[in-house]
Amino acid sequence: MGEGLAGEATGQVSSVPARARPPAQPFDLSGAERRDLGERLVGIVLFACAAISVLTTVGILFILLERAIEFFAEVSIIDFLTGTQWTPLFKGQESFGVLALVSATLMIGALSMLVAIPLGLMSAIYLSEYARPGVRAVLKPFLELLAGIPTIVYGYFALTFITPEVLKPLFPETKPFNVLSASIAVGIMVLPMVASLSEDALRAVPRSLREGAYAVGATKFEVSTRVIVPAALSGIVASIILAVSRAIGETMIVAIASGSRAQVAKDPLDGAQAMTGYIVQVFSGDVVSGSVVYKSLFAVGLLLFAMTLLMNIFSQWVVTRFREVYQ
Amino acid sequence: MSASVPGAAASVEKTQLAQTRRLAARQTVARVFNVVFLLATCFAIFALAVLLWTIVGRGWDWLSWDLITRMPSRKAEQSGLNSAVLGTIWVISLTSLIAFPLGVGAAIYLEEYAPPSRWTKILQVNIANLSGVPSVVYGLLGLGIFAEMLHLGRVILVGALTMAVLSLPVIIIASQEAIRAVPWSLREAAFGVGATKWQVARHHVLPAAFPGILTGTILAISRAIGETAPLLVAGASAYVATRPDSFFDSYTTLPIQIYNWTALPQKEFRSLAAAGIIVLLLLLLTMNSVAIILRQRATRKARW
Repeated sequence: MGEGLAGEATGQVSSVPARARPPAQPFDLSGAERRDLGERLVGIVLFACAAISVLTTVGILFILLERAIEFFAEVSIIDFLTGTQWTPLFKGQESFGVLALVSATLMIGALSMLVAIPLGLMSAIYLSEYARPGVRAVLKPFLELLAGIPTIVYGYFALTFITPEVLKPLFPETKPFNVLSASIAVGIMVLPMVASLSEDALRAVPRSLREGAYAVGATKFEVSTRVIVPAALSGIVASIILAVSRAIGETMIVAIASGSRAQVAKDPLDGAQAMTGYIVQVFSGDVVSGSVVYKSLFAVGLLLFAMTLLMNIFSQWVVTRFREVYQ
Repeated sequence: MSASVPGAAASVEKTQLAQTRRLAARQTVARVFNVVFLLATCFAIFALAVLLWTIVGRGWDWLSWDLITRMPSRKAEQSGLNSAVLGTIWVISLTSLIAFPLGVGAAIYLEEYAPPSRWTKILQVNIANLSGVPSVVYGLLGLGIFAEMLHLGRVILVGALTMAVLSLPVIIIASQEAIRAVPWSLREAAFGVGATKWQVARHHVLPAAFPGILTGTILAISRAIGETAPLLVAGASAYVATRPDSFFDSYTTLPIQIYNWTALPQKEFRSLAAAGIIVLLLLLLTMNSVAIILRQRATRKARW
């Protein structure tokens, strides 16, 4: 858009060396005025592009709050936040105790971290401290590939492989839909994220720290675990918090593998519906726009949004607050 | 550390012996963890291999050209992905058309134009936070604002707008990184011969950063192709047996068709879902390879 306006002046500038330009004339024939107008227009257009991101946030907040407030006019907010019965589709005895969904979400978040944190952290240490450049160049793309697989594929994998072929032989009482299979799949999904963000943090630790530790006779393992990891701890913790936030917001794996029975999650081998799973379940059926069930989606969405936002902010705070500054 | 002093007392020798033993133990620990860390890293490869092996094993027999030319059907043997593949192409093309210019524009603003003010900082933090919002929440946004408040309904345009809003933060962040990697000397030289801000950005910074921007955008778009939840919420239809031919048609996409087949109890549909996943993964693999080739070519051509 701005290109047409500025285009004429451009050819001149790039082809004529600076010294050949004529001195300022009483009649400005350089097109500078038009160029200024174009410049300002382009600036405004680019600013508008950036401002759309603010509009997005406003839009999300507006739509979630508006519908959630409508919902809380019909269902008490206290019952919503403290109840443990989630039966929105039972005619006559609808109950909206969101803790049932939250418990499943948190259980999946916690169990998935049991997979993602140790494996992710160890991969990060290996890639940053142990691997030779050639080995790293081979291993790293695999992690990136794993990160690029759509979540629906992990969901399919959890339902049709992890549950029947891994969990069932180990624990015969495993239900077809269960929290554990979803958690394992979510853990594998966020593993590359923990690994790559932690690796970045480890690599940012200055070389002098490693050299100092090696000089006093520490082994590679000691250098990694007692010097480098503590030095990079803020970055590692931030990556873990981000991973938890991703796990909590993960939708398709949970919707497919952990079932659609809303109950307070106690047994990982049993199914329990998570917050995101509920949203998908309602949309897989027919939902009447404007009904209580419909509005409840936005209340659950708002809670989910608040939880993940808090964690993301917390993670940024950890990075800036506890960052070790060298030199 | 273990240098022995001739004529030392017996106790000193004892401590030395103990130290040597401890050293051996420490070195063993170090060697063991060398392997443990390597195995942990290889777990990712192992998981990827098992996942692909499972899916290819189940879906291979169902893979055929007919699969992508047939419409979905109640019978697994006659069912196909035609409407889903076309839906994905329609939605993603429109998503790219919307998100690419907006994302690059925003990145240029933030890197080249924005004054170092509080407002700029808010913009930046806001974009970082948006990239962490769960995708299903974007679905609710699309449903509430685009489908209902703008009265557009369950159509391709709404799906594309939702996906564009979802991909924007990722595209902006990737483009910013690419723009930031362009050295200052390039800008200074251009400003030095009298170029304006936009001329510098348009003729010098953008061409230099373009491969990086393109790579980031392709990766963001391929992530969008695999997204299921936002479109499920924002109004893709479960069953579409006609070809879409305008932005105001109802639609379904590959991941949604896969989800629907996975949710069915019959074994045949599960296999069909696996075949659908193979098609989806092949599509993503193609896009990612293009991104990698572009990246490699760009690093080879780098002029600074």
